[in-house]
Amino acid sequence: MLNTIAQIFTRLAPAVDFWSLRLVDEREEQVMVRQGVLSPLSTQINRGAFVSVITGEGSGYAATCDLTASGLRAALQQARAWAQRNAPHMLLDTRNLPRPALQVHYQTPVKQAWDSIPLADKIALLHDACAALATDARIVDRAAWLNRRVTDTLLVTSAGGHIAQHFEYVMPGLMAVANEGARTQRRTGVSDGAGQGGWERLALLGFPGKAREVAEQALELLHAPPCPTGITDVLLMPDQMMLQIHESIGHPLELDRILGDERNFAGTSFVTQDMFGSYQYGSKLLNVTFDPTRTEQLASYACDDDGTAAERTYLIRDGILLRPLGGVTSQARSGMQGVANARACDWNRPAIDRMANLNVEPGDSTFNELVASIEHGVLMETNSSWSIDDSRNKFQFGCESARVIENGELKGLLRNPNYRGVSATFWRNLAKVGDRNTFEVLGTPNCGKGEPQQVIHVGHASPACVFRGVDVFGGAD
Amino acid sequence: MRDYFNSLADALMTQLTGGEVLLCSFDGEDSDFVRLNKNKVRQAGHVTQRYLHLDLIRGQRHATCSSVLAGHLEHDLPPLRALLDTLRAQITLLSDDPYLMYATEINNSTHGDAAAGIDSGAALEDIFSAAHGLDLVGLWASGAIYSGFANSLGQRNWHQSTTFNFDWSCYHQTDKAVKNNYAGFEWNAKILKHKIHDARTQLDIIARPAITLAPGHYRAYFAPAALEELLSVMAWGGFGLKAHRSARTPLIKMVKQDRRLHADVSLTEDHARGLAPNFTRGGFVTRAPVTLIVHGKYTDCLVNPRSAKEYGVPLNSGSEAPHALDMQPGTLPHTDVLKKLDTGLYINNLWYCNFSDHDDCRITGMTRFACFWVQDGVITAPINVMRFDDSIYRLLGTQLLALTAEREFLFDTSTYMQRSTRSAQLPGALVDDFTLTL
Repeated sequence: MLNTIAQIFTRLAPAVDFWSLRLVDEREEQVMVRQGVLSPLSTQINRGAFVSVITGEGSGYAATCDLTASGLRAALQQARAWAQRNAPHMLLDTRNLPRPALQVHYQTPVKQAWDSIPLADKIALLHDACAALATDARIVDRAAWLNRRVTDTLLVTSAGGHIAQHFEYVMPGLMAVANEGARTQRRTGVSDGAGQGGWERLALLGFPGKAREVAEQALELLHAPPCPTGITDVLLMPDQMMLQIHESIGHPLELDRILGDERNFAGTSFVTQDMFGSYQYGSKLLNVTFDPTRTEQLASYACDDDGTAAERTYLIRDGILLRPLGGVTSQARSGMQGVANARACDWNRPAIDRMANLNVEPGDSTFNELVASIEHGVLMETNSSWSIDDSRNKFQFGCESARVIENGELKGLLRNPNYRGVSATFWRNLAKVGDRNTFEVLGTPNCGKGEPQQVIHVGHASPACVFRGVDVFGGAD
Repeated sequence: MRDYFNSLADALMTQLTGGEVLLCSFDGEDSDFVRLNKNKVRQAGHVTQRYLHLDLIRGQRHATCSSVLAGHLEHDLPPLRALLDTLRAQITLLSDDPYLMYATEINNSTHGDAAAGIDSGAALEDIFSAAHGLDLVGLWASGAIYSGFANSLGQRNWHQSTTFNFDWSCYHQTDKAVKNNYAGFEWNAKILKHKIHDARTQLDIIARPAITLAPGHYRAYFAPAALEELLSVMAWGGFGLKAHRSARTPLIKMVKQDRRLHADVSLTEDHARGLAPNFTRGGFVTRAPVTLIVHGKYTDCLVNPRSAKEYGVPLNSGSEAPHALDMQPGTLPHTDVLKKLDTGLYINNLWYCNFSDHDDCRITGMTRFACFWVQDGVITAPINVMRFDDSIYRLLGTQLLALTAEREFLFDTSTYMQRSTRSAQLPGALVDDFTLTL
């Protein structure tokens, strides 16, 4: 269908310096059972076109859900009018804007098709999972859900570009809320494992088998002592490392932030252009890659939305900052090398610099060695709260659960664990990096940025890691 | 647009078979978005989007879906008819939904008109001219926003507004900037010039050497925009019935321990404000305000139709998160704020707030944009950004000194998925012993 629309568009396209058409066709299904009751099934069908035009010194866009010939013609006229209106006021030299000519096809590998499982079986599976969460009368809220999204994109350009990509995502989740009096503890499971693939992802993530464990941990946390206050060593598990990477490496390295585009909303960055190539971002154990090639990860693709081929690239190697997260437009503005990370969340938004898959590479310490390296400390897992300044430097994060580590051994649970620090120094205290057995491939569908605002999925894979001298604290007793 | 929606709904209603009820909800916008950096255009364009949400009901069973629309009946009807068939097939697989609730009394309404559009091009020329020489960065968003409802019982509702929302910052350097906003229904270049002039004046103060505060406790004034950031976090489950009954509310101590805020704090959801549609996807029309907190005591929750059915409580809202929050003013004249603050922090904006202790409604976040140190009632210098971590029970409870007599009307600048119709009307707040941590 998208090729047919593109053919119609190509016939309508005017003689301008450059045009591109990005078509998106998406279908999302959500099935959820909450407290034993099936929530209304949700299916969302979304389809539209993002038309971009460069004429002379101006560029403009128009996004439309009207994919008829008249709708596409109107969008072209709007985009062209904006290009002409913008010409005297453009921030960028239009000669530097991308004009992709690649011809590429990409498809998510799927072992077991989502549609091969009847809807009734999916509902029954979720009822079972939700029932398994009901381990105690103090579990006052519980839910199990399955989200599935299929996205087809087609980028066609006047330079001959034709990039067709087909993505399939499965995003399951579990949640249990335990309460006694005025104390509530919430535990989630599996939801950080969102990724590309088919039904086979559920077994890989332990869904729904982890349901009982999720509920029991929520109950156990009700009577756990609060996380103590003090400067101590911290062992962050991959489902918290994900957030740590995202906020204090990913966002600060976005080149459009460094160039000032995001200053009114998402913020700027403590990282400046002169730091690349020499700045000691972390200890020598820190290795960070932009990796769109890991096919099961949430934000893998062949090309970004500016039509640039994506490849695995080190952004930080042996602790040294090498390269920003900047697509071809940002690269042209800054004169720096970047990566293929210009992404739009949907057909109705322009591409901007995003994270895609941003991973910490595994080290060589076993999990037992990580724990044994800590005399007094705290293990934290599963993010529950995140806050960081507009330069992505001063942060404070909270987790759902923690454990005491004493004399190199794991001890009892702690509730309401929080820690705070400064990005510019935090990663230099990275003391141990877990091996491949501690490594998990995770992702989140909710990264917000941009004006107009966009929420997009990103992937983060990481081993468990030990940090020295972290400021930790808990909540009220 | 309204005629198109009504025609579409009428055509779909003819597809129903005996015993079926159909609910149709429409959302759409025709928006200009112009992104600015260094007082120049970074990205600019137009977005046209329209969606229809269908809920097909037979008895207590129902199935829902939403679909994008092209905007042409002949183009949209065939796939929508096919979708109805899909929903019909789904219903046979589903059991009764015990929480299904929809309006059975007809309650028609129309709000807004086909107002003349706002000339984005002319407004932007005003902006470029007024901000000449400034490092201005921000977003111009304008155009029409539409919402509609129709059901097979004959009800029709329509809400339409044409607005602009110019949200911007003027930077001195690095992270030192003045933040401002101009939103409304009719563009007035004189108001913009006045606001830009104010920004230039504040930039003179921003340009002074910044001071770095030590962690500790400070007297502080929160401008309405800063207070709104705190209230928006408090609203994550704080005012909805489902969150209360499932013990997920951050105000659990108000619910279970009768904890109270300061007696000057009264909060209401004002459904009648008119920026957001007051009809729900089930066809209920909510007009009466909902008193959430009165004189510091928790009073009512926002109750959507599913919660109303689940808990046997009358519904009073389409959503369990506030869309039109209204906080009663206090008695402190704004002209006296600096004098009453005496020595402490003047906080214009907060940023990236989140819970640090959910059960204690304790929130952490950052100061951002033009935040100043005040010495003996005089603004002396900008401050470098600081992290705070404090409880709403202190900030709007034991440590609240005064609320201002004047309130500001704040249009939400959110543009996720579509332009927001949320708003808030809030005073400023003078607080003692505000906790900075990093």
